[in-house]
Amino acid sequence: MNDTMLERFQYDNKIVKYFGAATIIWGVIGMLVGVLAATQLFLPEANLGNPYTTFGRIRPLHTNAVIFAFVGNAIFAGVYYSMPRLLKAPMWKKSLSWFHFYGWQIIILAAVLTLPLGLTSSKEYAELEWPIDIAIAVVWVAFGVNMIGTILTRRERHMYVAIWFYLASFITVAVLHIVNSLALPVSFLKSYSAYAGVQDALVQWWYGHNAVAFFLTTPFLGLMYYFLPKAANRPVYSYKLSIIHFWSLIFLYMWAGPHHLLYTSLPEWAQVLGTVFSVMLLAPSWGGMVNGLLTLRGAWDKVTNDPVLKFMVVAITAYGMATFEGPMLSFKNVSAIAHYTDWIVAHVHIGGLGWNGFLTFGMLYWMWPRLFKTTIYSTKMANTHFWLGVLGIIFYALPMYVAALTQFLMLREFDEMGKLAYGNFLQTVVELVPMYMLRAFGGLLYVSGAILMGYNMFKTAQQGTFVETEEDSAPALAKNYNPRGEFWHRAWERKPIFFAVLATVAILIGGIVEIIPTILVKSNVPTISSVKPYTALELEGRDIYIKNGCVGCHSQMIRPFRFETERYGEYSKAGEYVYDRPFLWGSKRTGPDLHRVGGKYPDSWHYFHMEDPRSMSPGSLMPPYPWLVTNELDYSDLPAKIRTMQKLGVPYPEGYDEQAVADLQTQAAGIATGLKDAGVEVLPNTEIVALIAYLQRLGTDIKVSSSN
Amino acid sequence: MYKEVLRSMENVEIFPIISLVIFVLFFIGMAIWALRVPKDYIEHMSSLPMDDDKELTDKQP
Repeated sequence: MNDTMLERFQYDNKIVKYFGAATIIWGVIGMLVGVLAATQLFLPEANLGNPYTTFGRIRPLHTNAVIFAFVGNAIFAGVYYSMPRLLKAPMWKKSLSWFHFYGWQIIILAAVLTLPLGLTSSKEYAELEWPIDIAIAVVWVAFGVNMIGTILTRRERHMYVAIWFYLASFITVAVLHIVNSLALPVSFLKSYSAYAGVQDALVQWWYGHNAVAFFLTTPFLGLMYYFLPKAANRPVYSYKLSIIHFWSLIFLYMWAGPHHLLYTSLPEWAQVLGTVFSVMLLAPSWGGMVNGLLTLRGAWDKVTNDPVLKFMVVAITAYGMATFEGPMLSFKNVSAIAHYTDWIVAHVHIGGLGWNGFLTFGMLYWMWPRLFKTTIYSTKMANTHFWLGVLGIIFYALPMYVAALTQFLMLREFDEMGKLAYGNFLQTVVELVPMYMLRAFGGLLYVSGAILMGYNMFKTAQQGTFVETEEDSAPALAKNYNPRGEFWHRAWERKPIFFAVLATVAILIGGIVEIIPTILVKSNVPTISSVKPYTALELEGRDIYIKNGCVGCHSQMIRPFRFETERYGEYSKAGEYVYDRPFLWGSKRTGPDLHRVGGKYPDSWHYFHMEDPRSMSPGSLMPPYPWLVTNELDYSDLPAKIRTMQKLGVPYPEGYDEQAVADLQTQAAGIATGLKDAGVEVLPNTEIVALIAYLQRLGTDIKVSSSN
Repeated sequence: MYKEVLRSMENVEIFPIISLVIFVLFFIGMAIWALRVPKDYIEHMSSLPMDDDKELTDKQP
């Protein structure tokens, strides 16, 4: 190899700069939306009096913005910086890099427009409607092709562990996104999930959990393995550990999804599987954390001075905390407390604010001065940012833990008479208001730090000169390289395609084992003969429920606990959801469960409650929905909806699409007449009427069977 | 119908076990490899992020 000519090539810093700037801009926007959402939880008026900025719609905007815009752009900035340098080759195609950059930003803009408009699939972290889903797939594949092309044209024979993490993340996110987004379009911006009820829930949480794994975790571990050694100026503690922890992590993660559905109507075997694998996951997760922290052995004096390392140390510690908490939360008895309460909110924010946020900040503070050939504009400001961030996390997370335990203990308390001590769910929520205030304050601290960083980065860029391309040189790889005595894994690593296939197999095993049986085996979803498809009006009402993001605060899944069945009624059965596309089980109860709300209150109660929740429930934190009363119900696409449902196997009679509109009008007229008798004047063709029809139907089907 | 349900129940149990076995075997293989891998290779790999500023050495394995 000594006689090989050195080849000269250039690294493109411009794409890194663009992704880096996008990271901080979208990050600040996403966090501000988060603060707005958090404020509405103690001050419902902060919804600004319109549907577009009301909690149900901006909560998904917040999650999408911070996950895909903030963290996503950070991943891309880090990958486009580290990958060419690790492989001694520029990114394969500049055109693909830029297609990726602009494509991703347009997708984010599309999300910013559609989510407040209520165009949503309502599946968490996969809310975007089908045309945007297709765009995501295309842009994501462009990113992957660009990475694989770079790997194939590399000048470094072996792929460093960071590259494995990038590659595995690309493959898995592609699989997850495509499988979970499968839906049948009704119109340009409306679709129904290809799965129903329990199956939809299982696929969604297989996706949701692994989106956390392969979007928020594995790419960041890759970034950690590159930027931490760079910043600390010493190699990673144990490369061997990184190999073992990589394979264990990607293999085990895929199985853990069902831990989001403990005590639900999901089949028992799937729940057990989720728990067992989640507990096993602790080992590889901590392998990564230990490897990160021990990389700093002998360099702890640097940590006290260098804001970059400070951010990274807290990030890795938060990763360790969140990945310890995760397996604990997957025990059924812990899940019973955490599920539906603020505990989960605290848990994801330890991960989001601590691990993703702080690693991103550390990476940007390290990278930015190098891109501009200067030093950071103000180290003092960076240190201030660090402390604002740390305080922000503490003020965010601690009140949420307190809130979760307080609410759980109140919800399960029975008095001497054997009745619920706090029969009204609202009593428990009102108790949490001070905690919600502290949480919003924590968020405010955190976002102020991020804004400070934006300013610091701007000034750093201003005082330096941007290095658009960096020169480097390396010999080309020798062809026909075939050394003797090379062990198998080492050989795989220089065969990227084979390596990618292997990683795909590893992640697919978990996914297939988990999902295929539930989808194929009918016995997993016991059918209940009295459960019937929604009427035309109820279907429209359900879509209004979806549009307004009601699922953000209300679950539709009563767990088999006495304190839940006493409060809400009979626990939920898998067979009750066979026509639910998408499923609306929810993951957080800021309001009560609604699965058995049908028939619980008169229609007029719902009318007044929607118009102004506090008129019916004094002190309620639910935002008012007066526009539902005046908005005309648009059922022009009802026949298309019915036809789509029929294609998906919902047994509406043949030709029902022709008849559906008439049915809808009859039912709506009936409800409007009933409301008139109760002294409420309302037009039958308003959104509120459809919503009332849906709410009154919820969970009533099995009552029909018991009364028979 | 009854048979079909029974058969599918068996499948449900065997699926996770098969892949758990695959994982354990793979993990053991991986661990053995990681323990036996030559030191110079590990050193080369872990120094890769630090190589940026230098010309690539010709001791590449």
